[in-house]
Amino acid sequence: MNFLHFLQENWPELLTHLREHVELVLISTGVAVLIGIPTGILLTRKKSLRGPVLGIANVMQTIPSLALFGFLIPLPFIGGIGARTAIVALVLYSLLPIIRNTVTGILGVDANVREAAVAMGMTGRQVLRQVELPLAMSVIVTGVRVALVIAIGVTTIAAAVGAGGLGVFIFRGLRQYDNNLLLAGAVTAALMALTADFGLGLIERHFSVGRRRKASTTSGRKKFAVAVTIAIVIAVITGIFVGSRDSRSYRSQQKGPRVVVGSKDFTESALLGEIVAQLLEARGVAVERNFELGGNLPHDALLAGRIDLYPEYTGTSYTAILKHSPITDPRAVYEQVKKEYAEKFDVVVSEPLGFDNTFAILVRGADARRLQLKTISDAVPYARNWRAGFGQDFMSRADGYAGFSKAYGLKFAEVREMDLSLTYIALSSGQVDLIAGNSTEGRIAALDLVQLEDDRHYFPPYEAVYLVRRESFARVPAISEVLAKLAHAISTEEMRQLNYEVDANKRGQAEVVREWLKRKGFE
Amino acid sequence: MSAPIDNPLVEFRDVSFSHAGSSAPVISHLSFTVQQGETLVLLGKSGCGKTTTLKLINRLLLPGSGQVLVENKPTAEWNPIRLRRRTGYVIQEGGLFPHFTVERNVGLVPSLEQWDEGRIKNRVNELLSLVGLEPNEFANRYPAELSGGQRQRIGVARALAAEPPLLLLDEPFGALDPLTRASLQKEFGELARRLKKTAVFVTHDVREALLLGSRIGLMDKGQLLMLETPENFLKSKNDLALAYIETLGLALANQNPVEGRA
Repeated sequence: MNFLHFLQENWPELLTHLREHVELVLISTGVAVLIGIPTGILLTRKKSLRGPVLGIANVMQTIPSLALFGFLIPLPFIGGIGARTAIVALVLYSLLPIIRNTVTGILGVDANVREAAVAMGMTGRQVLRQVELPLAMSVIVTGVRVALVIAIGVTTIAAAVGAGGLGVFIFRGLRQYDNNLLLAGAVTAALMALTADFGLGLIERHFSVGRRRKASTTSGRKKFAVAVTIAIVIAVITGIFVGSRDSRSYRSQQKGPRVVVGSKDFTESALLGEIVAQLLEARGVAVERNFELGGNLPHDALLAGRIDLYPEYTGTSYTAILKHSPITDPRAVYEQVKKEYAEKFDVVVSEPLGFDNTFAILVRGADARRLQLKTISDAVPYARNWRAGFGQDFMSRADGYAGFSKAYGLKFAEVREMDLSLTYIALSSGQVDLIAGNSTEGRIAALDLVQLEDDRHYFPPYEAVYLVRRESFARVPAISEVLAKLAHAISTEEMRQLNYEVDANKRGQAEVVREWLKRKGFE
Repeated sequence: MSAPIDNPLVEFRDVSFSHAGSSAPVISHLSFTVQQGETLVLLGKSGCGKTTTLKLINRLLLPGSGQVLVENKPTAEWNPIRLRRRTGYVIQEGGLFPHFTVERNVGLVPSLEQWDEGRIKNRVNELLSLVGLEPNEFANRYPAELSGGQRQRIGVARALAAEPPLLLLDEPFGALDPLTRASLQKEFGELARRLKKTAVFVTHDVREALLLGSRIGLMDKGQLLMLETPENFLKSKNDLALAYIETLGLALANQNPVEGRA
């Protein structure tokens, strides 16, 4: 599928994310201006505050954006997942250039001019409004311009906390290896940044005074150019909002109960979310999709009531959420999870969906055949010369790398921590020699990778289930109906195939799910 | 000619001033009066305290000790805004607002005083003509589009705008080339006489002092060494005054500014 074709097909979704992006950027930059300019003015009056306040703003900006989002998630009121967290983080990022340029701009006003203003009998307020601010305006606008461009960039990361925006495309594109998705997100965000930069550049020039100002006719023409630019920007923003309203109003027009379906930020989780979403919609339930939630965000979101249900794996709940040490009996894990979720979180655990998504230790097919590797133990003697590539998740979790390498006595020449979805390509192209993938990964067969048997039964079971808030379960009867239908309904092969359709064949999740439901006669 | 001595507009009473955090006084024990209608020139080297003296008059600074009286009221008791709007102030390069047109610059104090627009416009035109600039040509220009001499004329026009009883000028012609400076000095002298304005004029140029001053106050190290008419200044035996007179050299012999004034 070429890029233009892709755009044509995904136009409504692109428009929706573009609108979210514009909203996040405008709101956060607006708030930053409202806080930053008065703060900057205050700092020009109170010299003693200048160092500390600018220092704090400076530190804010040096925090990597993903980490800042991470800090904010557990905080009450300003944290959590969704747009609010993103806006708080974006405001913190945008403050520094605005405050600093306000201070620099005002302090940069010619001392003679300021003294003349005072000596003419202007009040402090008049000096500020009529002399200092107008003369500092081009510098302040430069600050806003920098803040805006930064905000447009950082907003792409807001997708990681479920705030939406163009980052949704970028994250999905990275995960699925889909350049069209990547381009759609990145190019649009870049164009947006360029447009904002250009537009504010014009406004900035409009405010600059002195030598550049020519005869009044030129200034009139310049005013016209600025007016036209502002008009175009407003028109484009309005267009985006109007254009993307269809999908919104469609949702709100539906009658009956409303359910928010969440998922983690990888294809399989999104597919499982989409399956339940479509089945619910077929039963007249209005569904809002909140996919792409990273890490443990779906769990937090579920407990906070921001989503009603999401797909999870029993092993993850058992070790990562409930903090038990890994055990290998699937039934015991399931029962324990079910019991504790009901007691601790008021969350219902569905019947297993039928497949297990455990860690799959993978090597290249060629190596497996040449060295006759069947089990992980077979690979131990060769590992000394191998490079391994593991996702961040595997490196950090209790049942991940540390326990795994100990259980098998494995030592590698080098261990690289990288994005999980990149490890498959890294393995097939020879960059690394062994990875820990997912057993349901669609590309395993396509890339000629071989899964080594876990002969020491190290990895705990990861049966797929849905987690549902008890309150939602009671409120929407269709949920239990749908979950009953899905119990033991998806085999590992089927899941691999569904993943493959999306990840390798680059097809849309909704379409793939629709086909599968039809084939299963689930509609 | 000497000014009447019974009608002071400004009076310094034993005024001393030093900057915050500094023990060295910028001016010490200064006492003098500025009479209604006279142009008093403060002459001295840079750092002698003459600009500080000027700023004490419109309350840009308040005296550390002693009193500065304007219209018989200590500046500390004046509302600073009211005081400053009754005091025209001209500094080097005019201190014009670069983002205002000539018209807005000149009309600034009247507009702060909320005159109606028509009156401001008339007043601006009148003042531009007065300082020799054609209103139609200059009203809509920005300061950056003017020559140094033109900016200085606008500075004077702006100071005169709301008809203040008192003008303060801080080396207004210092940055100009000699020819422009000479012609502006001459015009200002005529203007001051015609308008009968009271003015305090700060300069380090003894020729300017002799040309424009009704009285010349010679300042050094924050003190007023003498306050004399130009005639008496030229006869002075004070060392600093003699040094200044020395610099006039041949130029004085040719021009004889004292007779020129008569």
